[in-house]
Amino acid sequence: MSGTIDGVVSPTQTITIPADISGQMLDLDEDDDLEVFSKDATLADGSMFNASMQTSPGSMVNQYKFEEDEEGDSKDIFITVDNPESHVTAIETFITYRVLTKTTRSEFDNSEYEVRRRYQDFLWLKGKLEEAHSTLIVHPLPEKFVVKGMVERFNGDFIETRRKALHKFLNRIADHPILSCSDDFKVFLTAQAWELTTYKKQGPGFLSRMGETVRAVANSVRGVKNRPEEFTAIQEYVEDFSNKITSLDKVTQRIVKEQKEYLEELKEYGPTYTLWSGSEEELVEQLKGVAGCIERCCKETEEQVGHLSDTLVPALHEYVLCAETLKAVLRRRDNIQAEFEAKNEALATKKVDRDALKEEIDKLEDRVEWANNALKGDWGRWQRSMRGDLKSAFLSTAEKNVDYYEKCLAVWETFLLSQRTEPSEETDRDDTS
Amino acid sequence: MMAVSGPEEIAVIGNTDLTSAELENNIKNTMVEIEKGTSLLRKMEISVGEAEKRTGKNTVNMLEIYTVYLIETRPVDAVTEGITPAPDSLWRRYSEFELLRNYLLVTYPFVVVAPLPEKRAEIVWHKLSADNMDPDFVERRRVGLENFLLRVASHPVLCNDKIFYIFLTEEKGWKEMVYETGFQAKADSRLKAMNAAFRVKNPDKRFTELKHYSDELQTVVSQLLRVRARVADRLYGVYKVHGNYGRIFSEWSAIEKEMGDGLQSAGHHMDAYAASVDDILEEEEHYADQLKEYLFYTEALRAVCRKHELTQFELEMAAQDLASKKQQKEELVTGTVRTFSLKGMTSKLFGQETAEQREAKLQVLAQQIEEGEETVKEKNTESDEFVKTAWVDIERFKDQKDRDLKEALISYAIMQISRCKKGIQLWTNAKECFNKM
Repeated sequence: MSGTIDGVVSPTQTITIPADISGQMLDLDEDDDLEVFSKDATLADGSMFNASMQTSPGSMVNQYKFEEDEEGDSKDIFITVDNPESHVTAIETFITYRVLTKTTRSEFDNSEYEVRRRYQDFLWLKGKLEEAHSTLIVHPLPEKFVVKGMVERFNGDFIETRRKALHKFLNRIADHPILSCSDDFKVFLTAQAWELTTYKKQGPGFLSRMGETVRAVANSVRGVKNRPEEFTAIQEYVEDFSNKITSLDKVTQRIVKEQKEYLEELKEYGPTYTLWSGSEEELVEQLKGVAGCIERCCKETEEQVGHLSDTLVPALHEYVLCAETLKAVLRRRDNIQAEFEAKNEALATKKVDRDALKEEIDKLEDRVEWANNALKGDWGRWQRSMRGDLKSAFLSTAEKNVDYYEKCLAVWETFLLSQRTEPSEETDRDDTS
Repeated sequence: MMAVSGPEEIAVIGNTDLTSAELENNIKNTMVEIEKGTSLLRKMEISVGEAEKRTGKNTVNMLEIYTVYLIETRPVDAVTEGITPAPDSLWRRYSEFELLRNYLLVTYPFVVVAPLPEKRAEIVWHKLSADNMDPDFVERRRVGLENFLLRVASHPVLCNDKIFYIFLTEEKGWKEMVYETGFQAKADSRLKAMNAAFRVKNPDKRFTELKHYSDELQTVVSQLLRVRARVADRLYGVYKVHGNYGRIFSEWSAIEKEMGDGLQSAGHHMDAYAASVDDILEEEEHYADQLKEYLFYTEALRAVCRKHELTQFELEMAAQDLASKKQQKEELVTGTVRTFSLKGMTSKLFGQETAEQREAKLQVLAQQIEEGEETVKEKNTESDEFVKTAWVDIERFKDQKDRDLKEALISYAIMQISRCKKGIQLWTNAKECFNKM
C-alpha cells in the first residue's frame, strides 16, 4: 500500500503517551512480524499505543510529557559506542564501532547486547526515525565528510570525534520518550550484522518512495497558507539561532587556529633564552629560569587548545547541525499542513467523490494535529537540551581557561620567588629558600 | 617581601601589582642610583619631558619636519629643600644627540658609551607602526633619549665632560663648540681606523674574548627580539578574536529568554578580555626596549675592542720598525748582509759605499733608533693606559649589564604574572555569567 507512511495514525487507533511508557511495551510482538511492519508503517507508531483506550486526538497534547527525567532515575537503557576497528574488503575500507547496550526494558529479550555498526547503519537509523516521526527532533549525526581540516577519514582524531558524536546520537535517542521505543532503534541495537542487512531491505519499495518524494516536493511548492503563529515564531528563531551558532562555530575554530600558531612561536621563544645563557655568567640562572617558565607555559597552552578542540568545538558544531535538523522538521510540518490544505480546497472546488475525499481530509487533519503536537512537545525538550549542552560547554571552557591561567601564574610566581629570596651577594645560598 | 641586598641603592621591586609607569620608574632609578655618589646626578636632575614637531630648512634648503625633545634640568638641592622651582630647559633634536655621542666616542675611546635609541623603528611587531612620526614611537624614543642622558650623567668619567654639560644647559652655540674641539678630524680618522683591515699579533686575550662575547650577544638578543615580536603578534590575534564572542553573544541573547542575561554579560567580559591585550603588549614593549639597549651596547663594546687592537697594532708596528732599524745598523756595522735587500744587491753590483757614506748612514740610523725607542715607549704606555682604563670601564659595564638585565627579566616575569591574573579574573567572571545561562 503506498502513500500512507510518515507517521500517519489512523483515527481508529488511539493514542496515549504516559510519561513512562515502558509498561506499554508488554503488548508488542511485532518483532516476529516484519511483514506487517514493512507494509504499513502506521503500526510502527501504533505499536506504542494502547489500542484499547479511546482518546480524541485533541487531548493528545496533554499526554506529551517531555520533562527531563530527574537525573536518570528512570533511565533504563545505557548505550556506549567505542572500540573503532578498521575493516578491509576487496571494494572498500571502513570503520565499525562497537555498540554496547545494557537495559532493563522488557521489550528487550536480553539485558545486554553487543553489536558492531558502521556509519552507514547510523545513517539508516536516522532516516528511519525521521521517516516514522517526521516532526520529532532527531539529534544530528556527525557529518559524512569533513571538508576542511581533517582530510583523512582514518585519522585518529577524526575517528575519535566521530565516535563521541555517534555515542551522543544514540544516547539522545535512548533518552527520548517516543524515539527510544522505535522498533528500528531496537533492531539497530540488537541485530547481528546479517540480520540488520535483511531487516534494512524491508521497507517501502522504490516506487513508493519515489511517490512520497514527489508528493513532498509538490507540497513544498504549494506552500502552506495558514501556518499557526507559533510555528512561524519558531522558524524565525531557528533562522537566527542557526546564524549565531554558525558564527560561534567559526569564531571558536579561528581561536583554536590562532592559539596553535601562538604555541608554535612560543616553542621557539624559550630555547632562545637558553641559548643566551650559554654566553653569560651571572645571568645564567635567570635566563634558564625564564626559559623553563616559557616551556611549562607551552605545555599548558597545548592542553588548553586540546580542551577547546575536544569540548567547545564539537558542542557548537553539533548545534550547527541541529539547526539544520530543525529547519527540516519545520519544513516537513509545513508540508503536512500544505497537503491537508490542498485537499480541503479540492473539496470546495472539484467535482469528486465527496465522501471519500472527506474521509481523507479528516485523516489529514488528524495528521496535522498530531504532527503539530509532536513538534510542540519536542520543541520544549530541545530548547532545554540546547541550553544544558551549550551552557555546560561554555562553562567547561571558562573553567579550563581559569585553570590554564592559574597554572601559568604558579609557574611565573615560583620563578619570581626564587629570584627574591636569593641574595645578590656571594653568600651561602643554603641559608635562603 | 622586600629583598634589599648589597649597596642600598639596589632597589628590588617588592610587589607584583605595579603600574607600568612605576615599573619604568623603578628600573630607571635602579640604574641611576648606583652612580649617584660620584656623578653629575648628585647635582642635577635631568629629564626629557616632551616632544614637539618643528619645520625648518635642511642643508639642501628643502623643507623638512623633525621632532625636537625638551631637556629639563634642575639642581637637586632646590627640590630637597621643599621648594620646586621651574626647571631650566632647552630643545634638542635627534641629530644633536648623535653629534654628542660621536663626540664622546671619539674623545673617550676607552669608555663603553651608552647607545642612543633607534633612529628608525626596526624590530617591530606588526601592530606597531614603523613610522618615525607615530606618537608611540616618538614617546618610546623620548624615553630612550632620557635614558641615554642619565647613563652619561651617571658615568664616572663622562659626567664631567664640559661639552656634555653645555649640551644640557645652553641651547645656542653648542654645535659650534663641539666642532671647535677639533673632534671632526679625530672622528674621521677613527672611522678610517674602524674600517681598516689589519692583523694584530698579540692582542690582550680579554679583549678578544670580549669581542666574541659582544658578537654572541648581538646575535642572540636580535633573535630573541624577533621571536618575541612574533609571539606578541600571535598573542594579539588570540585575544582579539575573542572580541567576536562579545558581539555574537550580544546578538544571540536577544533571541533567548532564559539564556539571554547570562549570554549578554558573558559577552561583555569577552570584550574586556579582547581589549586587555593592548595594555599587556604596550608594557612588553618597554621590556623589548631594555633588551634593545643592550643589543645596541654591543656596538660600543666592539668599538672599544677595536680601539685596543688599533693601539696594540700601532705598538707592534713601532716595535717592528725599531727592530728593523736596529738590524740595519747591525748589518752596516758588521758589514754582513743577513737578509736579502735591494741595497745589498746594488752594493754588490755597483760597489760598496765609502766609509763616509757608511758613517753618515749610521748616524741617521742611530737617530732613528733613538726616536723609535721613544715612540715604542710612548706606544707601550699608551697601550697599557688604554687597556687599564678600558678594562675598568668594561668591568663597570658588565656589572651594570648584569644588574639591568636581571631586573628586566624579573620585570618580565611580573608582567606575565599580571597577565595571568587578569586572565583569571576575566574568565572567572565569564564563568559566573555562563552559570546564569
